[in-house]
Amino acid sequence: MSQDYSTQPPVTSILKTAASDRHQNWRLLKDKIAEYCVTFGGLSIILAVVLIFFYLLYVVFPLLLPAHAKAVNRYAVTEQQMGNTVFLAMEEQNEIAVRFTDTGKAVFFGVADGDVIATDSLNIPEQARITSFAHGGFDTGVVAYGLSDGRALIAKHAYKQTYAGGKRLITPSLSYPLGKDPVQVDNSGQSLTKIAVSIGDKNSVLLAKTADNRVVLSSFSKKSSLFDDDATLERQESMLETGGNDVDYMLVDKEQHNVYLANRQGALAVYDIADNKQPVLKFKLNTLDQGLEITSMVFLNGDLSLLIGDSHGVLTQWTIVRNEQNHYSVQKLRSFKVSESAIVAISPEQRRKGMLVADAAGNIGIYNTTAERELIKENVPGGRPLAITLSPRANAMLIQSEDGKISYWTIDNPHPEVSFASLWQKVWYESYPKPDYIWQSSSASNDFEPKMSLVPLVFGTIKASFYAMLVAIPLALFGAIYTGYFMAPQIRQYVKPGIEIMGALPTVILGFLAGLWLAPFIEMHLSGIFTLLILVPAGVMIFAYVWQYVPPNIRHKLPEGWDCLILAPVIILCGWLAITLSPGIDALCFDGDLRTWLNSRFGIGYDQRNTLVVGLAMGFAVIPMIFSIAEDAIFSVPKHLTTGSLALGATPWQTMIKVVLLTASPGIFSAIMIGFGRAVGETMIVLMATGNTPVMDLSIFQGLRTLSANIAVEMPESEVNSTHYRVLFLSALVLFMFTFIVNTLAEVVRQNLRQKYSSL
Amino acid sequence: MIKTWFKSGSPWIWMTAGAVSINLILVAGLLLLISVRGLGHFWPGDIKEYHYQDRQSPETVIIGEETETALLGAAQARAAGYELLNKGEYLVQHLVKTGNRDILGSDFRWIQNQYIRSQSTPDDLLCVERREWGNFYGRLLAVKENGVVIAQGQQAWTVALEKLDSAKSLYNQIDKLQDKDVGAINYNLERLRLKQRALELKNQWNGVVSQEFADKKLAYELEYKVIQETIGKFNQDLKQYSLLVSEAGGRQVNIPLARIVKISRPNQMSILDKSIDYVRNFIDFISEDPREANTEGGIFPAIFGTVLMVLLMAVFVTPFGVIAAVYLREYARQGVITRIIRIAVNNLAGVPSIVYGVFGLGFFVYILGGNIDRLFFPEAAPAPVFGTPGLLWASLTLALLTLPVVIVATEEGLSRIPKSIREGSLALGATKAETLWRTVLPMASPAIMTGLILAVARAAGEVAPLMLVGVVKLAPTLPLDGNFPYLHLDRKFMHLGFHIYDVGFQSPNVEAARPLVYATSLLLVMVIVGLNMFAITIRNNLREKYRALEN
Repeated sequence: MSQDYSTQPPVTSILKTAASDRHQNWRLLKDKIAEYCVTFGGLSIILAVVLIFFYLLYVVFPLLLPAHAKAVNRYAVTEQQMGNTVFLAMEEQNEIAVRFTDTGKAVFFGVADGDVIATDSLNIPEQARITSFAHGGFDTGVVAYGLSDGRALIAKHAYKQTYAGGKRLITPSLSYPLGKDPVQVDNSGQSLTKIAVSIGDKNSVLLAKTADNRVVLSSFSKKSSLFDDDATLERQESMLETGGNDVDYMLVDKEQHNVYLANRQGALAVYDIADNKQPVLKFKLNTLDQGLEITSMVFLNGDLSLLIGDSHGVLTQWTIVRNEQNHYSVQKLRSFKVSESAIVAISPEQRRKGMLVADAAGNIGIYNTTAERELIKENVPGGRPLAITLSPRANAMLIQSEDGKISYWTIDNPHPEVSFASLWQKVWYESYPKPDYIWQSSSASNDFEPKMSLVPLVFGTIKASFYAMLVAIPLALFGAIYTGYFMAPQIRQYVKPGIEIMGALPTVILGFLAGLWLAPFIEMHLSGIFTLLILVPAGVMIFAYVWQYVPPNIRHKLPEGWDCLILAPVIILCGWLAITLSPGIDALCFDGDLRTWLNSRFGIGYDQRNTLVVGLAMGFAVIPMIFSIAEDAIFSVPKHLTTGSLALGATPWQTMIKVVLLTASPGIFSAIMIGFGRAVGETMIVLMATGNTPVMDLSIFQGLRTLSANIAVEMPESEVNSTHYRVLFLSALVLFMFTFIVNTLAEVVRQNLRQKYSSL
Repeated sequence: MIKTWFKSGSPWIWMTAGAVSINLILVAGLLLLISVRGLGHFWPGDIKEYHYQDRQSPETVIIGEETETALLGAAQARAAGYELLNKGEYLVQHLVKTGNRDILGSDFRWIQNQYIRSQSTPDDLLCVERREWGNFYGRLLAVKENGVVIAQGQQAWTVALEKLDSAKSLYNQIDKLQDKDVGAINYNLERLRLKQRALELKNQWNGVVSQEFADKKLAYELEYKVIQETIGKFNQDLKQYSLLVSEAGGRQVNIPLARIVKISRPNQMSILDKSIDYVRNFIDFISEDPREANTEGGIFPAIFGTVLMVLLMAVFVTPFGVIAAVYLREYARQGVITRIIRIAVNNLAGVPSIVYGVFGLGFFVYILGGNIDRLFFPEAAPAPVFGTPGLLWASLTLALLTLPVVIVATEEGLSRIPKSIREGSLALGATKAETLWRTVLPMASPAIMTGLILAVARAAGEVAPLMLVGVVKLAPTLPLDGNFPYLHLDRKFMHLGFHIYDVGFQSPNVEAARPLVYATSLLLVMVIVGLNMFAITIRNNLREKYRALEN
């Protein structure tokens, strides 16, 4: 500072010179700049909070946006002379589509304009006619033609991408998984009037209905020879007993495990073909009301559930489920009302649990089964749709209508699997016995149904913080009462920072100790922990009672407000006693071991890393926070209030309860709120001290998974901007909002309290 | 009698006193637990030789360090399928670190006290700390050079120590060459590649430049060849020597000296020797790189990463925190705005740290980092430079997280500066900014320091957000090295807290890693508690000083 005086101009020159004016102005300018900078800096704190909130919202927001479909082009079907369309499909990049015709031809055309790119024809023998057609799943690209001589021809459309000079070139082609020539399906050579196909790497299944109403199952397995590359096909034929029922729809799943047969009237039969020599009828049921007809039946992606469309525009989802008694049955999971007209075509998405549905009036809709959402509803001109297809990425569709034109639409539908119901309500997932709350976000396979219910996570969060508060509130508040009001100032100045330092301990260390030291310890001494709960308060009480009969000359050596120090040995003794006695108690009351006793008596399972461990560890972590704020509130209760109360004859305890606690209660409330907010958001302790299993179980001996731990576990693996990523952001937003409310409330209460104190 | 006693309220006061006691016991117990376990890690324990015979197998010899003893109640033991020989109340089990993972399959073994025939601590038992496969316990038989025995019996130990010294210095030289010199060449080659790509993108890549680049590349490659040759030669020398040792079962094993970090015979050491060894172990622990998926060796990169990240964070957080506090105390009119700001500060302090991690990952890494990459590093695409978690983003995220700590502490300091000082300055004609800069802030600097220390302590222990924005379990290079621009803000780093989580919970060999985790925890706790106490002391001194000023 001293050097600055030397740089200042001498007093005489301050009076009126241009230089001093300039200097003055410069100083004032600096002052102004400083003011603006500081003001901006101060306000930027608000900005930071708002930024966090809006950024989280910005990432979550696309989940709420509706899906869109846009008509791009409409063009006439090319190469009409090659026959009528029986099947449409598109490739990955939405550049090329293929049209299979009823004469066994494949026409590859540009998706955008319908121009023919290539044509190919299947090797249909001269003497045979095509009598039936089926596809083996949109994702496989397999199609099957059934012929009038009891044979069938299988083809597959595939696309090769090459990059020449930095440009992508896609070349379509046909391949023949079971050979270029037709394979025999029915030994007696009857015409195949219906056909279904499932092609695997090694084994394939063809299912056909013959003209004389038999249902023939032909299984093929590839046997590769040791000596050359040629693989030979081995065929196995068997019959399905239909009991004379008519069969109009047939499906074989990709595992080649189940066969589904249905007739128009809605009778559904499921056969187990795991043993392909002996198909077994497993279920038989009726899927429709009287008077309705099945008009369409396909698999949902993954081949685990059936989608059945009926003549009244209702789409239903059916799946095989297993209940608790290991009993299997076919259940209707949900239904969608598409329109009043019959559903004529369904095209499932290839990577998600959604589908495109078209009805006879040309209405199309896109639905998602998990979220039970209708995402898109549009009308396509041109009358009744004949063939529809969704692109592999489900971002485009083609619809060929009665009038011979193909409509090309693009679809913007990034997050169909999220709805209020799928996040917060029970959802009946495929293969599950009943609707349930489940969090299981990802798996390696495309067929996986993501289960993103936030309920188990919120439940786990509340459960963990509830037990933590159960531990923390009594210890912290009692401690605060004593420290803030009764304790001698000489020890208070060490005790308070001592407990507060506990709050500075990294939670990763508490979590590590909880997981690797406390959890095994509790497992060994479970009954000891519960004994501790009784023994320690009892021990303190007994000691206090005995203390008043200790001769006064000893008793008075302990100054007032030092009681907590002589209690320490008592508590340590009680703790040691509880742990040492635990094997005895186990042997006496619990047949030797509390854990096995609980399990055999009440069926309560025991996880090593459970809620009890979390509650203790996290309780420990929030004690300092609650203690510190509550202690401040109690300590700063104006002294004239307490002295007044004491002067009027109240005991110290009465003064405490009736005066101090009442006055400080808003502060205590805000302490608890802030502690609760901390417990809800705590990550590392929960991550390390529980098994992170997202179960909804009230038992304190079971693990849990909290919102925060879930983010920590799954965020690094989540693909940016995927639904999973946004749902994780949503859980962060939930945490943010929750703590925001709690903290704001606590702070407002505290500010009011401060004003009250200053006026007292 | 009891009734009146209850009525007096005194039992309840005792209960509240008990709560304080419990809290204090918990704190002390926790610190004690970490200290005992953490400090014990470095003590060279005796190696015991057990003659052990249980029901299933014939008598075997087990050599190892006893690490833990557990008592199992008789009933529990029976439930677990053990039998008690002499109707004892407890089943006593010892956990023995037998080492020799390559031979025995695991490092640890539980043995039951009742089956131990005899145990002793012979002087000649040897502990070999290896670079792979953990410790080896056994006896030293001979030292070999190129497969020929050069020393055995009594002599072997001294020769082994001598040879090990030279082997270690060789090893360190190789290590240095590989890390520093080869690392630098690789780094420069990569920079060359990026430069070339950048020129290509700008269409400035032509014959002249290409020749220049080719020359440079060639020079680097030549340099690399020379280094490789030196390394090869060193490796030749290193391979010559090996120790012939026998394990508990009597099997003889050759351990090349190149694979050995340290040999010791703890049973022969005096207390003084052990103490020296203890200190040496501790120094090695904080100065060496980790080995074997972090479960052995030191934690130097983690300490380094933590310190660097925390320092960077301090650079970011201090100006913002101080400005915000100055605004709240000196500029803002106390009213709605300040109330809202205080609520915002409180919320910043209360928002779960994982939410900061999510925000940091989404906003800093993907949005800011992604755009920086697009603007300034198009040549690196598709590999991200700043568009991936790294040091810069981690320290920014933590700066945001610790901002309230600095604000609160600074504000407290400002509020304690007597009004008279400001008024005096203003009365002498200073502007508000000058008053602030020349008198108020210098006086508040210890308070700012306090806030900063508390923020650093908080940041050093925070793990959850870092898991998302830049911490990794094993960073190949330090974020600070001899390659231009020396401080690599885009690199990922290691962190003490994450190290604890990772080694304690993600490593395949938790049992072996546990002492190391305790030691790491102890270090972290010491740093954090130390920082906190330091901050509290500064604050208390400050309060005293101001109290004196006010009077």
